[in-house]
Amino acid sequence: MAKNEIPLWEVFIRPRNGLAHKHCGSVHAADEVMALQAARDVYTRRGEGVSIWVVPSASIVASDPDQKAENFEPAASKIYRHPTFYEIPDEVGHM
Amino acid sequence: MYSQGLIGAKTETTEDESFLAAFQARIDAEEKIEPNDPMPVGYRRTLIRQIGQHAHSEIVGMLPEGNWITRAPSLKRKAALLAKVQDEGGHGLYLYSAAETLGVSREQMTEELLSGKAKYSSIFNYPTQTWADIGAIGWLVDGAAIMNQIPLCRCSYGPYARAMIRVCKEESFHQRQGYEIMMTLARGTPDQKELAQDALNRWWWPSLMMFGPHDGDSQHGDQSMAWKIKRFTNDELRQQFVDSTVPQAQYLGLTLPDPDLKWNDERGHYDFGAIDWDEFWRVVKGGGTMNKERIAARKKAWDDGEWVREAVLAHGEKRKARREAAKMAAE
Repeated sequence: MAKNEIPLWEVFIRPRNGLAHKHCGSVHAADEVMALQAARDVYTRRGEGVSIWVVPSASIVASDPDQKAENFEPAASKIYRHPTFYEIPDEVGHM
Repeated sequence: MYSQGLIGAKTETTEDESFLAAFQARIDAEEKIEPNDPMPVGYRRTLIRQIGQHAHSEIVGMLPEGNWITRAPSLKRKAALLAKVQDEGGHGLYLYSAAETLGVSREQMTEELLSGKAKYSSIFNYPTQTWADIGAIGWLVDGAAIMNQIPLCRCSYGPYARAMIRVCKEESFHQRQGYEIMMTLARGTPDQKELAQDALNRWWWPSLMMFGPHDGDSQHGDQSMAWKIKRFTNDELRQQFVDSTVPQAQYLGLTLPDPDLKWNDERGHYDFGAIDWDEFWRVVKGGGTMNKERIAARKKAWDDGEWVREAVLAHGEKRKARREAAKMAAE
């Protein structure tokens, strides 16, 4: 970040109790109090949420897109991890 | 605002064939491209230009309507107009955030707007002379914007597509409040109806220009279509807008200012007259009635806000220092 640029924050909103906070965008703000205020003004004008999290964008550690295959493809071949892999006769009923 | 977003975009790119082919395969498979994914330089540059100009259009778009907030004819109209203008500020912010994921800073984009290097939609360089203009803008300008923005919800770049989904949800209120203003005027006194007709006469052609140059004259359309940044051509969207707006004007009992406008049974579309492209390019290049005033207003806001930007950073630092001191004292 260049000098004098106002830091970036990622905004997460819980739409209603019972649901997880979900990423919805970002705001610029000098500190966490102003970040919450800006997030409230920008992202909840129509009853979109009951709770807001803001996180400094610089604090987020992300997986490397170049390692996408290495990280996530092994799961694709392991179909035996899914319930539909196993054949249970209809007579047994719902399982 | 939006097909004009490509004006000035440079789509050429220099990667090797296999990189470009692999990227195109992802696009063709309708995979979304996310911020850290590898992407051609031209794709990144085109999106920065388009999303930035789209954001600028939202921000500059607050000015013509802001002109009528204090003079709205009732408290209900004033509250609605305030909410609409606030939405546009919000839309600008969603879009700036989306552009920033491509590695451009907010400050850089603002500087490009103020220096004239980046454009915004030509429509905002027309003045809002009467209250009826607020109705015409909501109905036609926001209507045209929606036509352009709905396909952008499926744009190949994830953050742009997600921002557009939010924008489209909110934009529908804008068009309906505009049409309701027109309806109220059109059913009012003869003077009020005259006001509505006059606004329609002035805003119709500039609204059609919002879709950008004819397909044959649009330099960057093909590559943007291939990359699925754009989904429909300028002329397709313009035709769609005319087809859906004509019956709405008929319902109001107002006349569209185009003697060549008529239904074409064979095509299944309305034919319409020639657009004055000289006027379009003059306005895009800075020769519209309000170009100077719009940029001057943005520049004033930026300059007047400088001490605020400095103050919030200083305040943030001070709070942080205080917090750290309290933590030390507690240990």
